[in-house]
Amino acid sequence: MSRFAILALVATTACASGGTTPRTPTTTTTPARDTSAQGGTGSGALSSPLADPFPSTYTPVPSRPTVIRNVTIFTAVGPRIENGAILLRDGKIAAVGATVDAPADAVVIDGTGKFVTPGLVDNHSHMGVYAAPGVQANSDGNEATNPVTAHVWAEHSVWPQDPQFPRALAGGITTAQILPGSANLIGGRSVVLKIVPARTVQAMKFPGAKYGLKMACGENPKRVYASRGPSTRMGNVAGYRNAWIQAEQYRRRWDKWLADKKGDPPSRDLGNETLAEVLRGNILIHNHCYRADEMAQMIDIAREFGYQIRAFHHGVEAYKVADLLARDSIAASIWADWGAFKMEALDGVKGNMALVHQAGARTVVHSDDPSGIQRLNQEAAKGIAAGAALGITIREEDAIKWLTLNPAWSLGLHDRIGSIEVGKNADIVLWSGNPFSVYTRAERVWIDGAQMFDRSDPSEAWRTDFELGFVRRGGL
Amino acid sequence: MRGALRALGALGTLGALVAAAQAQTIAIVGGRVLPVSGPPIDGGTVIIRDGRITAVGRDIAIPDGAQRVDAAGKWVTPGIINPATQLGLVEVGQVRETRNATARGDDESAVRAAFTVWDGLNPLSVLFAPARNEGITTVAVLPTGGLVSGQGALVDIVEGGVSDMMVRSPIAMVAQVGDPESANAASRGELLLRLRELLEDSRAYARRRADFERAQTREFAASRLDLEAMQPVLAGRLPLLVVADKASDIEAALRLARDYGLRLIIGSGAEAWMVADKLAAAKVPVLVGSMVNIPGSFATLGARQENPGLLRRAGVDVALIGTGSDPDAFNVRNIKQEAGNAVAYGMTWDDALRAITLTPAELFGVADRYGSLQPGRVANVVVWSGDPFEFSTRVEHVFVRGVRSMAPSRQDELMTRYKTLPPSYRSP
Repeated sequence: MSRFAILALVATTACASGGTTPRTPTTTTTPARDTSAQGGTGSGALSSPLADPFPSTYTPVPSRPTVIRNVTIFTAVGPRIENGAILLRDGKIAAVGATVDAPADAVVIDGTGKFVTPGLVDNHSHMGVYAAPGVQANSDGNEATNPVTAHVWAEHSVWPQDPQFPRALAGGITTAQILPGSANLIGGRSVVLKIVPARTVQAMKFPGAKYGLKMACGENPKRVYASRGPSTRMGNVAGYRNAWIQAEQYRRRWDKWLADKKGDPPSRDLGNETLAEVLRGNILIHNHCYRADEMAQMIDIAREFGYQIRAFHHGVEAYKVADLLARDSIAASIWADWGAFKMEALDGVKGNMALVHQAGARTVVHSDDPSGIQRLNQEAAKGIAAGAALGITIREEDAIKWLTLNPAWSLGLHDRIGSIEVGKNADIVLWSGNPFSVYTRAERVWIDGAQMFDRSDPSEAWRTDFELGFVRRGGL
Repeated sequence: MRGALRALGALGTLGALVAAAQAQTIAIVGGRVLPVSGPPIDGGTVIIRDGRITAVGRDIAIPDGAQRVDAAGKWVTPGIINPATQLGLVEVGQVRETRNATARGDDESAVRAAFTVWDGLNPLSVLFAPARNEGITTVAVLPTGGLVSGQGALVDIVEGGVSDMMVRSPIAMVAQVGDPESANAASRGELLLRLRELLEDSRAYARRRADFERAQTREFAASRLDLEAMQPVLAGRLPLLVVADKASDIEAALRLARDYGLRLIIGSGAEAWMVADKLAAAKVPVLVGSMVNIPGSFATLGARQENPGLLRRAGVDVALIGTGSDPDAFNVRNIKQEAGNAVAYGMTWDDALRAITLTPAELFGVADRYGSLQPGRVANVVVWSGDPFEFSTRVEHVFVRGVRSMAPSRQDELMTRYKTLPPSYRSP
């Protein structure tokens, strides 16, 4: 499909529009996995908390100590450091300040006129699950066969060769949460990835990151399931509550058995298992929800069943209930300027980020879009400007958190990434200038201390398998 | 049909005069003036009278009674022109009853040449004000869908009805050669075949109108109205705006234009840089964006952000279009971001400003009235706090046809309401 404006009838974003109409569900029988051949534990019939059946195999790329000097640093935890320096060593931030001691073997980079920030974190992406090119065969983001598909895991749809990954890295993205789409009330588990070249999704998985659970309010589920239900917002709410009722029974049954191991274990159910993990606090809720009134209802549902909502995603009306979000520590994961592509997005305003920030809630700049993810810094800049127009002064030092520490918090990773502090992972971006300028580009990106992107050296650029031969750099 | 179009054009001129009658004399003084048609003038003055620009330069006498606008430290440019939008045609993308950019026409041929999209334009769309308040004074409204989508118009964002807003109609016939499915075709070559058949039949129809009325011609590939609407295209008077991304599709459009002597504009053009020399040789301008770099389809495998800059360097006339989120309605305003990114990826700054002012005015045949700051031009003028492409820049003043026009948008009203909650909204 052409990207030309005049061809596009409606926003085609997977999540924003909710994707496909439901297909007839099919039942398939999957043979039980013979774990013995892989040396597994064979515990596949048990519903164990914090189980990790698809463990991360990510290992940082080996790196030399690196010093960037004479550079302006946005740390995301304090005032900007003018003419400062940073040392990356053994995958961690080893020092930051006006000056740092450079080890003898360090790569030393002069950052005059340039800026350093933490690697950007996007908590809402469909890279890999809606891979490019966007043909039907690559459409793996919405299991639109049932309104509740808590049993699916986004990582099982991720194609590591999606050419959208290297482009996001070139925009300074070092970590992204990949979510199922929003066709379903409960769409399934997310996965948190490092944006690195890999053959398998396991090799991209952020070690130790919690899973997220995608939920969706409003128009998308009721449109997708109009013929079989839910077909209304009240149907949606009944659907969430029914699912949590089942999940709570499941959790009690299993927690009891796990405590006393008496008798046969209860039968395992993948969907309820994921929901039970939410109730145990082991999985974080990421809730697609546009309208203010629906957010308030989702907060009540969370209270009814005893779980926390970590972030409302898309939240174009977050500014209307920013006080509620601040009160309950719920992040607003939002766009700078999307709106009006459907009724529930009608009241989108550019001041959303600033108004949420001013109310003391966490603003998160998210993309939901493989193009927007490459320019998240520009989206934050729009949010600052919109604040200024409202008389709300947002310091750049604070806005940088919208791109780094706040999304890291939404993923439960704020103690490891999202700011420039000694001991944190050395996920770093060197920008050609102020990251809030339209003319600025990411020049180099480090993940765990290893340089993964260098704009000045195209020969070293990450090209996915798909791009070989297909993506040419010459004329006809 | 053509008579009707001319009549509507005349109404447009009348509307301009009505608006101008309310205008006063305004002197924008001391700014960095960017006329686009000439070099920047630091500390320059722009005089507006009765809706027109009457003087531009340094050391210009300020007429008695002129309203003075201090632009010291500010930048002054022509109003921005977005050359590809659906403003007023689409209000809420997913609500069918608010979508008016597409004609159903004849399903089989997918030809809707007679469709004049401005007849369904809603001047009260709440999306006009946010665009205008960010410096977009003039937009092309274009139809979409099918093989031949219909005819677009150029409108100013002013209060009033469609005839008051009209700058020129039609400005282009819109067609496409990259998307067979939308045209009930099975392959790209079939799209070209259909377009050639349409052009042949339109020619034959024009020669045999009388026979056609007596039903003494063979069956033509399109309806009478469509065949009639294609005449200005065949005559080279109305540009054919062909939406095409793939380099080979653009080449096919170039062959078509050469064979029939058409005035061609390429729209979208993700891979246009790959055929930049051929476009330059054929003097075919392009409408492209600067934020497209994903091989999102097999037609855009070569998409890259350097596209506008590479095309300019090859000598192609480039107007920028929106390619970010919702670029044709809610975010028509983001054409400035497009320009900034074009610069970041190799277009010169001056070319980028031209690509959203004078070049689109030229493509749509209104450069004698729009797109630059010169005496005699329509007074669409924007005063910016700084570089218009930068996010931190504020729009200080927008003048459309000489009238300062910055009434709050619906979005502004929402933000004002929620910045300080009204008492009835205190409890959540």
